[in-house]
Amino acid sequence: MYGGGNLFEPMSKDALKEEDPVKLSEFEARIERGEKIEPADWMPQMYRRQLIRMIEQHAHSEIIGALPEGTWITRAPGFKRKLALMAKVQDEVGHAQLLYSAAETLGKSREAMINDLINGKSKYSNVFNYPAFTWADCCFISWLVDAGAIVNQMANAKGSYGPYCRALARITIEEAFHLKYGHHCVIHLATGTPTQRKMMQEAINRWWKPMLQFFGPPDRISAHTEVLMKWKVKMLSNDGCRQQWLDMYVPKIWELGLTLPDDKLRQNPDTGKWEYTEPDWDEFKKVINGDGPCNKERLAVRRTAEERGRWVREALRKPKSEYVVPLA
Amino acid sequence: MNTEAIIDLLYKIADDQLIIGHRNSEWTGLGPILEEDIAFSSMAQDKIGQSLVLYRMLNDLGESDPDTIAFMRNADQFHCCQFVELPIGEFDFSIIRQFLFDTSEIIRFEMLSSSAYEPLALASKKFKGEIKYHIMHANIFMKQLGNATEESVKRLQDALETAMPYALGIFETSEYEDAMMDEGIFAGEATLRNKWTERIEEVISNTALKLPDIGNIEPKTGGRYGKHTAHLQPLLDEMAEVLRIDPGADW
Repeated sequence: MYGGGNLFEPMSKDALKEEDPVKLSEFEARIERGEKIEPADWMPQMYRRQLIRMIEQHAHSEIIGALPEGTWITRAPGFKRKLALMAKVQDEVGHAQLLYSAAETLGKSREAMINDLINGKSKYSNVFNYPAFTWADCCFISWLVDAGAIVNQMANAKGSYGPYCRALARITIEEAFHLKYGHHCVIHLATGTPTQRKMMQEAINRWWKPMLQFFGPPDRISAHTEVLMKWKVKMLSNDGCRQQWLDMYVPKIWELGLTLPDDKLRQNPDTGKWEYTEPDWDEFKKVINGDGPCNKERLAVRRTAEERGRWVREALRKPKSEYVVPLA
Repeated sequence: MNTEAIIDLLYKIADDQLIIGHRNSEWTGLGPILEEDIAFSSMAQDKIGQSLVLYRMLNDLGESDPDTIAFMRNADQFHCCQFVELPIGEFDFSIIRQFLFDTSEIIRFEMLSSSAYEPLALASKKFKGEIKYHIMHANIFMKQLGNATEESVKRLQDALETAMPYALGIFETSEYEDAMMDEGIFAGEATLRNKWTERIEEVISNTALKLPDIGNIEPKTGGRYGKHTAHLQPLLDEMAEVLRIDPGADW
């Protein structure tokens, strides 16, 4: 699951100075025509770097995202939920596998990406730095965080890089099932006993702000991404994603008799845009830079898993085989 | 047909599948490589799905509904072998357990495919088709890790020694062995154990590992009669944690 708010490398005006202007204009014309760029095709260095960064962040978000929900697999209430949640979280790990392969086509190995995750160099979706306290938090994630991810991923599936688009096409189909599963869980809680309704409402209150932040800072304070939009690396602005999600899901949340903890939340009848209290973007920056409620725990789990599994990876490595960059 | 014997048999197999499935699912997010998170999750889903089929069969024989049986009993009411309830430990233990347990499981379902109790025979035919892939997974890893580095061979050997007394506990006999054999329901734990020994010997002979002297190991038994290690009750408490918040609710 990934909701945008990608952290791109700052791009100076000189970033493309080194590139061959003829090749660059051919490249941009191909994208303009809606063609896909494939791994062996010519591409500007900056395109390659930004894509690696974005796909890598997406892949990391999938494996870190498996942690808050994964802890509820062993506690899921009843066979139906247990089997569905297992399959759901397994899908997320599978998405990471697809995405790491897509990023590898650009020249960075999975191992190098995972090392950068563990040492804090590359980021993952901020939303997973918040804890899933109760079963209802887990249901919130399955329905609404996945819904947010779909908004972003559907847009990016129309992007320019072939392997990433193909991975996203498959991922969004699976996410659509997650959404149905999550919605089903939330409906049961929201229309259930007073204890269940209370659990669900409290989870919504806890997740509202991280959910708004999931799509990244507002466009007016985000790094300029015109070139990335032109290259179809970034397909929808952060605010664009956020508005789409609000439009689709606020009515559905209200429909269940749940409330959202923001007095200012309303759809402006003139513009059609949603208005809301701006979440604290300084806090967002603080959390993304490592100082959130679960950053240390999440990375520690990942680091331990890597360390404990090292002997397995070494034993599986066949000394005579050569690493081949996949053409996913 | 001896319904008491069938109920006893179904409980121990269903409980084995549920608990090993639950343990396998604990690898989600923690595997040594992503592909193993995914593999252990697939196996867990198969096994828990199989337990559900068996609990439904029990329900048809007059026992409670599957969610109640699976989530609301205490450890002393469970009939799984102690082997499946042990924590996942390191990957070496988990892969050795997967190899030893799943080999017993596929043979059990092969045997039960011709059971005189038809619902179980039909289900077993389906299950063995699923477990075939679990066995391929186990055998590939045994061959690969059991022949690779000094560390991997030592780790697997140590895990094999730790696991073996518990693995032998899989074959703890029930009080209905003779009745089941007479009625053609199940050919018995002793036959199963003999077939199992042959198969694991064959796989281990293709590795640098040494099979412990099985004949001289005291099996860890008691599980089939509700005697469990200290690990089972916490697992069950965790499994029922949400359901118990509001037991009458529909989740």
